[in-house]
Amino acid sequence: MSINWFLSIRAAWILLLCLISAHSHAQLNIEIFGGGASRIPIAIVPFADENKLQQSITAVIGADLQRTGLFRLVDPAGLSPHAPVEVVYSDWANRGANALVIGRVAAISGDQVEIQFRLMDVAKKSQLTGLAITVPTSQLRAAAHRIADVIYEALTGDVGVFSTRIAYVLKRGNKYALQVADADGYNAQSIIEYTEPIISPAWSPDGKQLAYVSFENKKPIVYVQTLATRERRAVASFKGSNSAPAWSPDGKRLAVVLTGQGGSQIFLVNADGSGLQRLSRSSGIDTEPNFSPDGRYILFTSDRGGSPQVYRMAVGSSESGNADRLTFEGSYNVSPDYSQDGKSFTFIHRNNGQFNVAVQDIGSRQVQILTNSKFDESPSFAPNGKMILYATEINGHGILSAVSRDGQTRQHLTVQTGDIREPAWGPLPTWK
Amino acid sequence: MRKLLGISLIVLLSACASQTTQPEVDDLTAGSGAGAGLGGSDLGGSGSGRPGYFSQLNDPNSILSQRSVYYDYDSYSVKSEYRELVLSHARFLRDNASASVILQGNTDDRGSREYNLALGQRRADSVKNMMTLAGARDAQIESVSLGEEKPRALGHGESAWSQNRRTDILYRGE
Repeated sequence: MSINWFLSIRAAWILLLCLISAHSHAQLNIEIFGGGASRIPIAIVPFADENKLQQSITAVIGADLQRTGLFRLVDPAGLSPHAPVEVVYSDWANRGANALVIGRVAAISGDQVEIQFRLMDVAKKSQLTGLAITVPTSQLRAAAHRIADVIYEALTGDVGVFSTRIAYVLKRGNKYALQVADADGYNAQSIIEYTEPIISPAWSPDGKQLAYVSFENKKPIVYVQTLATRERRAVASFKGSNSAPAWSPDGKRLAVVLTGQGGSQIFLVNADGSGLQRLSRSSGIDTEPNFSPDGRYILFTSDRGGSPQVYRMAVGSSESGNADRLTFEGSYNVSPDYSQDGKSFTFIHRNNGQFNVAVQDIGSRQVQILTNSKFDESPSFAPNGKMILYATEINGHGILSAVSRDGQTRQHLTVQTGDIREPAWGPLPTWK
Repeated sequence: MRKLLGISLIVLLSACASQTTQPEVDDLTAGSGAGAGLGGSDLGGSGSGRPGYFSQLNDPNSILSQRSVYYDYDSYSVKSEYRELVLSHARFLRDNASASVILQGNTDDRGSREYNLALGQRRADSVKNMMTLAGARDAQIESVSLGEEKPRALGHGESAWSQNRRTDILYRGE
């Protein structure tokens, strides 16, 4: 696929998306590129009576599935079964669909809506799975994401991440906003807004709090903010610089980088700001800590060997300073983030002046470079390990992008005005 | 939607006003009693009881009015041309025990933001070390980093980058 093709499609998308979302400036726009050859053909029939709702359910489901690059949508035009008895399987087989989604919606009391859906196997002429959920009309998108998760899980065997959220920093002029949005870019909300920079947002494991670094007091200070109440507290506000927060998997502690004892070194602090304890001990820079999913290790960036590289240290053996170097290719490997199974990590690799997203398998040390852009930053694994969200630059503007773990599919998330950067993919919702 | 955002902003702002309490600041640098969290009002506010030495600091004919140290690419050592500037501020701190500074290290925008924050810290620390060796007290100096977040010049290219690789000297209360 040529670059030119990307660009022409991109321009068309931007025009279309501008028209669609002219009323909602805060939303992210999404463009999809590439996609594997063996995509699952799936037909999604608009649900019975869904046209009476303010929000189409099936459009959201289709967009969710398509964004993964694993599905191809088959046009259901002219056919509208809503119950299994109404399905003529040969019609769908003729259109090349392997899977079929049907359903109906019904208004219940008040503003409650019941949504019933079924996922049908066209070849086996049987139901694979189904679900009935009742939600208030304000939660129709959330319900659609949940249905998309069920379909994704039934057809791929992996956990769906359509019900997750992302955090990022939006810069417009001299204003910085820490925002949280649904994984598809909708429902963007500012958590905090400042005229000074905000960097390094990090989700608490329960998805209820964000840690981040704010420069509002002329120096970097680490804060933790509760999303529901907007209440926040400084957890690292020591002499010198305070930065790079990372949550332990149990949510009780944070690794932070402090400079008050000389150099930039990694410390542990309780989530309430108490119990400071030094973790790394080198004469160089140790920064960008990231906990392994089991909490036993921390990946971090260090220049102790002369150039910035990714290292791993055991959390138990504090103050030993012992760490294994993990990256060896090139002179600049930074910003490590563990996959959810702890077997690999994503990071930024510099090659010929380009900064790209890479993944390394920890056991085999095999490295795969996933992107070919110029200024990629802050890679963050999806909680199912299938996609990586990162910041990049197009035409001098900061945008978010997501690439599949195999590098086959990419999607851009752009805003009309401003730059977006510093993305962090949130955890799975607690009901998963 | 707009309205909602407006309301939440107001709530947010009022929450901020009551949320500025910071945790107890541990003394990370031995013997720096005055090194506690830097209140936002310490800098940039005019303040009452403004010490007389500020006129000297802002005299355009004095080297003390120069406040920025610039660096070569990938370097944090203070170049010889900035040595006198740093030493003059060090002597000023030595002779004015109540004066104190915050040193803000900065970098260009290539690469990881957090790693650049650490590189900027190294620049501020190098100035601090030179100052303490010349007689300024540790407690008078807080070295911090703004990394690539507060560029003086925008854009990609050496002319912008060279402006952004610097340490700024800010006096508290100024």
